[in-house]
Amino acid sequence: MSAPLLVFDDVTYSYPGVEEPALSDVAVEIQPGEFCLLAGLSGHGKSSFLRAACGLVPHFHGGRFAGRVTLAGLDTREHGPSRLGAYAGVLFQDPETQLVMSTVRAELALALESRGHGSTAVARGVEEVALALGIDALLDRSTHQLSGGEKQRVALGAALAGRPRLVLLDEPTSQLDPVAGDELIGLLRRLNQEWETTIVLAEHRLERCLAAADRVIALEHGRVGCDSDPQAFLAWAEKRAPALQTPAAKLFTHAGLHPAPAGVRQARKALRAHGLLTEEHGLPEIAGPAAPRRTRRRDRPKAALELRGAWHELRDGPAILRGVNLRVAPGESVALMGRNGAGKSTLLRHAAGLLQPTRGDVERAGRVALLLQNPGDYLIHEWVFEEAPPEALAAAGLAAMSQRNPRDLSGGERQRLALAIVSGSGEPPAVLALDEPTRGMDRAAKALLAEELRTRSAGGQAVIVATHDPEFAAACADRAVLMADGRVIADGTSAELLSGGWYFATETARILSGAGGALLPEEGAELLRRQAQQTRDGGAAAPEAEIAPGAAR
Amino acid sequence: MRSTALFYRRMPSPLHATRAGVGALWAAAMSLATLLLDQPLALLALLAAVLGGGAGAGVGRPLARTIRTAAIVWLPIVVVNVLVSRDGLTVFARLGDLGPFGQGNLTLEAVVFGLVIALKVMLLILITTLASLAVDPDETLRIVRRLSFRSALTASLATRMIPVLAADAQRFAEAQRTRPDGAPHGVRARLALMRAVVGGSLDRAMDVAATLEVRGFAGARRAPRLPRPWSRHDVAFLASAAAIAALAIAGRVSDAASFRAYPEVHAPVSPATIVLCAGLLAAALLPFADRRGVEV
Repeated sequence: MSAPLLVFDDVTYSYPGVEEPALSDVAVEIQPGEFCLLAGLSGHGKSSFLRAACGLVPHFHGGRFAGRVTLAGLDTREHGPSRLGAYAGVLFQDPETQLVMSTVRAELALALESRGHGSTAVARGVEEVALALGIDALLDRSTHQLSGGEKQRVALGAALAGRPRLVLLDEPTSQLDPVAGDELIGLLRRLNQEWETTIVLAEHRLERCLAAADRVIALEHGRVGCDSDPQAFLAWAEKRAPALQTPAAKLFTHAGLHPAPAGVRQARKALRAHGLLTEEHGLPEIAGPAAPRRTRRRDRPKAALELRGAWHELRDGPAILRGVNLRVAPGESVALMGRNGAGKSTLLRHAAGLLQPTRGDVERAGRVALLLQNPGDYLIHEWVFEEAPPEALAAAGLAAMSQRNPRDLSGGERQRLALAIVSGSGEPPAVLALDEPTRGMDRAAKALLAEELRTRSAGGQAVIVATHDPEFAAACADRAVLMADGRVIADGTSAELLSGGWYFATETARILSGAGGALLPEEGAELLRRQAQQTRDGGAAAPEAEIAPGAAR
Repeated sequence: MRSTALFYRRMPSPLHATRAGVGALWAAAMSLATLLLDQPLALLALLAAVLGGGAGAGVGRPLARTIRTAAIVWLPIVVVNVLVSRDGLTVFARLGDLGPFGQGNLTLEAVVFGLVIALKVMLLILITTLASLAVDPDETLRIVRRLSFRSALTASLATRMIPVLAADAQRFAEAQRTRPDGAPHGVRARLALMRAVVGGSLDRAMDVAATLEVRGFAGARRAPRLPRPWSRHDVAFLASAAAIAALAIAGRVSDAASFRAYPEVHAPVSPATIVLCAGLLAAALLPFADRRGVEV
């Protein structure tokens, strides 16, 4: 066995001015060529782990550091991030702060030039990394003209330009749509398999990358809770950290099937082996929940929000919205989906009156509260009590925190505070619109937010959420609207829309081929149990699956 | 929601396709001509050349916007010159005795001289704008980086961060507009907003600094010279720059561009002046006519 590439030797680290350690007694060895997934809830040490691996901790951040980290044999206490950068490329969450030059070519060349490579090596390095990542067509583009996905690829290219042996990635897909996210994970897989680049990837949506990983390190309160292969990790998560379970694993847990699968392909293979999935069509036709019948126009209640033929045309530029018709009834919850640049955010801005359509019109039954992508943009005061009225803080469960600085709140708390700010304390808004509210959120925080939105729509508020996360859309919305190129291209119940695709579908729906419109693991498990029951009642050969007694919920 | 700020964008034009060093040299030659020549007709020829060049580079619209914006500079120049100049013989308005400032006589010569100075300032602004829109800043700074890596990288970072920080400020302002009672009013609220924006910028600066650290900025060395074959556009703009500089110097030392505002306006238009103006226009605009190999 070759020498480990990255070694954490009983590392304990605390940020300056913070008593509680971000990392506690972390002891890990990562071998060359491994694809390692870093799992854990927000604030449990994933980013600190990555920053310690590349030397930013302690050199850049300061703080108290005990133990030792060695990268390619270099002790990070003796060598700074600049020196270590020759061995480790780093990709952070926000692509905007990782592009420092004006053109893509200059961006890719910078790391090589900084390290004193000659002109031939720079030119060759830029060309090769651009070809490897499929960004050669972007080389002469300005960096501020790129889409989010393109920016993230270029930032990855800049990290890889020096051909580092290790790549550290901190939630690189959190700002990408499902297509761009899958492309990025595919790229990492290729880097790992074809060039044996060691990958350490911190990610909340484990279902995206678990199948590609050799190993999962789960951090709990800065300690290593689990360090094993994906299968063993899922078994550990089922018992110790259900919030880290993937939807596929949850589906199997709820259906009483074991072992939990690492991805869609493995899950389908297991279900086939258990006789619960036929070869050609997936699950046999089982009636799912009936789609709500469309009401006649004159029977429809007054809309909470209605866009009629709304266009948003830029002067000297393209049309961002193209004749959008959308009607949202009071108490309805709608998920707005589509790729980056499809027009979702613009539509929400029109709904809230921040923009006026260049053609068409928007009608609102009352106030539209809009929560934009970054809750931090709302927080301008020094105290929480200055940000929102006491009643709104109490309603958001933040009354006890009113004497704290908003910037000291956790991500979830900041979002609740921003929600309290836009909701206000008087008459509740007729419509609550949220733009990408789950960016960088862990599964537990997403579940809480979905519950909050369900409560609001049950109380009569129309809720409209732009999201890239099909699991969150399924959890919080009854209806889904798919946008592309400024148009609504599909509009139906969540069960219809999120069950029949590759990208805009939940993992449960992809495993079950959309059978019965089951989107969430609980619904899928119910479907599987009924299927197993039918098989037994029909006198067919008993499935090999062990459906655990009492597993039904 | 599209930014209207003036930033470099790669476009299919001969000037964009030219290496940054030559592009900058061409802009420098145009500036030299502006500084050396005072003849209004020659300056108007240069103005036509810059605007024509802007149109040829596909940035005519932002240049036209610049003329409007620059009015806050050139208009006061004319007005102040008319008010303070005591030279000139052709009085068109008398403001009477202004005490310690003497007689307030406004002269035609002061107006003309003010207009010439304003035109020169305007031209310098337009040439700088055209260069910033069409000459790759990274490549320009790369040349500087060979002399001082860190200063050039800092400048490059500043260039890149301006649109990013502008977008941040726009986002903050937009978020405040979504409050139920609208954006906060009053000095205190505005100060709080400004503090938040600055705080956000500092956070962002920290992230960028971390990125630079892991890219090896701390141990940065001198940037290598990147060999690049001379394109037809490099040659054309270099020749154009040389011709413009030569014409400007010739115009200055000869009578072709003679001009005097005081005591009376003297701006003869001789055949040599016409040749000079036509030469400047042709030298500046001909490189834009060849559009082979300009595709982005």
